[in-house]
Amino acid sequence: MFDYDKWQEIFTSIGKHKLRTVLTAFGVAWGIFMLVLLLGAGKGLGNGIAYQFEGDALNSLWIRPGRTSVPYKGMKEGRRIKLDNDDYKFLLDEFEKIEELSGKYFLGGNKVAKYKEIALAYDVQGIHPDGAIVEGLSVTKGRALNYADQLENRKVAVIGEPVVEQLFKEEEPIGKMVTLDGAAYRIVGVFHDKEGERSMRRFYLPISTVQKVYSSLDRLDQLIIAAGDLSLADMDLLEQKTKEALQGRKMIAPDDRRALRVFNMANEYQSFVSLMFVMNGIIWMVGIFSMIAGVIGVSNIMLIIVKDRTKEIGIRKAIGATPGSIVSMIFQESIFITAIAGYVGLASGVGVLALLQGVESEFFRRPEVNFGVVFAATVVLVLAGVLAGLLPAIQASRINPVTAIKSD
Amino acid sequence: MIRLKNINKSYTMGANKLHVLKGLDINIDEGAFVSIMGSSGSGKSTLLNILGILDDYDEGEYWLGDQLIDKSLSEKQAAFFRNQHIGFVFQSFNLLNFKTAQENVALPLYYQKVPRKERAARALEYLDMVGLADWAGHYPNQMSGGQQQRVAISRALISNPQVILADEPTGALDSKTSHEVMEIFKKVNGQGITTIIVTHEDDIAELTNQVIRLKDGQIEN
Repeated sequence: MFDYDKWQEIFTSIGKHKLRTVLTAFGVAWGIFMLVLLLGAGKGLGNGIAYQFEGDALNSLWIRPGRTSVPYKGMKEGRRIKLDNDDYKFLLDEFEKIEELSGKYFLGGNKVAKYKEIALAYDVQGIHPDGAIVEGLSVTKGRALNYADQLENRKVAVIGEPVVEQLFKEEEPIGKMVTLDGAAYRIVGVFHDKEGERSMRRFYLPISTVQKVYSSLDRLDQLIIAAGDLSLADMDLLEQKTKEALQGRKMIAPDDRRALRVFNMANEYQSFVSLMFVMNGIIWMVGIFSMIAGVIGVSNIMLIIVKDRTKEIGIRKAIGATPGSIVSMIFQESIFITAIAGYVGLASGVGVLALLQGVESEFFRRPEVNFGVVFAATVVLVLAGVLAGLLPAIQASRINPVTAIKSD
Repeated sequence: MIRLKNINKSYTMGANKLHVLKGLDINIDEGAFVSIMGSSGSGKSTLLNILGILDDYDEGEYWLGDQLIDKSLSEKQAAFFRNQHIGFVFQSFNLLNFKTAQENVALPLYYQKVPRKERAARALEYLDMVGLADWAGHYPNQMSGGQQQRVAISRALISNPQVILADEPTGALDSKTSHEVMEIFKKVNGQGITTIIVTHEDDIAELTNQVIRLKDGQIEN
């Protein structure tokens, strides 16, 4: 039903009333633009925080020893707490719910790795066989460290993907010998870590090997517990039980918070989830309110437009326009303007989000919008605007043309 | 052409009822050149609105040709009659400011679904008739009052109506221009179109062939 003449009439009207058109269009476009940006930014923030949790096992406890801050059982405060292999065995034996357990041994500072004539410095960590799982490593070549490596103190290493690129270039790394801090290790596997580049510029060695080579002690710098799909409440319980058990073994006062630091990833994740929930709620509320503001703004402009056109309506009626033709003229014109403006707002909002795709800060990445939601919002805004204009238009089309003509 | 029988019309204003037309009987023959006179409040504008089917009446009968115009007429039918049979000229011209003279004149044809090109051609023809062919592309605010009124008359004539209704057409014009405009009405009437002019100026009324004087909603003479 494309009535060329009618559209001609509408385009003339739009062209001759630029300010009116621009004001209406701006109201709609701005509302949609802000909504897209708001939802996109919220999503980007969510994605950014979610990214912080990527890589490591979510249901995990990370225990690091510190110094006591409370005197206990005749021992002074300030005592350094040490975790060792016995603690590892104890946790493994006592707690059935622990699915994976790994100790960690940090070598301070970077160590120089040499292969042929290339020498570069890397972070080196000793881990138990389960370490690959709790750290969320995926082995992309060769194999992970295993129990045989652990038992026999083998001098083997698993390296990150960037290390392969830098040290081996095109060469096949598996089976090659690398000199690391003066000792030779055989590369048995290559891993990828979603945490990012920094976590991949690293050598993982069997923890028993590291203990032997570097200290001949059985020190552990960290104990990491992964507990599969335990519920949040069970994770809290496990955190409490393991902490109590270790406090007992190390003679630490139950209320000493500095002696053992336990980081409950599940708990942190949960608080992130509830934070996101609250944030989403706020975003939706702000979004809905800005939509309402937009609808009111557009409705206002429509009312003014119809008021502004009352005389024109009267003249048109006097020379033979039917009420229907007048209503449909105003209806089509406002649908046309608001729909185009809505589309422009949508497109520019999505465009700005596309520009922000490159931004990868710690707490903001990949802003995106649910296209269906935004599209629905656009339709709502357009309809609301049109309806707001339609009712007074119908009224105006019904009043006596003489009254309408004299109204100014 | 136009027969009014015992036309009554009242307006309710709050608690007051204002009886504006009190049983008017008027006959206007086809091709007549009539002026309706009266001071303000005499009911002449109300009468014109009823004649123009812009307003309805409470009692009586209004015949336009063979057609009884009453409340049973739908808005759409009324629009059709206005468009086909009646041409309006107003005191304040009432041209659409965002349209050129030619577009303004062509507008009634738009509502008759006449094709665009034909509309433009006929509009130019009618503008030429009032001596404004050269002004076709101008907007109302670029024209003098007299010119605007001539454009408005062209617009009233373009749909080839049986009746021209003019509400104080010279009210906003100086006397020289007024007489020029009246000349045009005379020419229009010469083509056999019934022409009814509402005015309160005696010298304007004198130029018509028949004068109907209204006072307090009744015919004086």
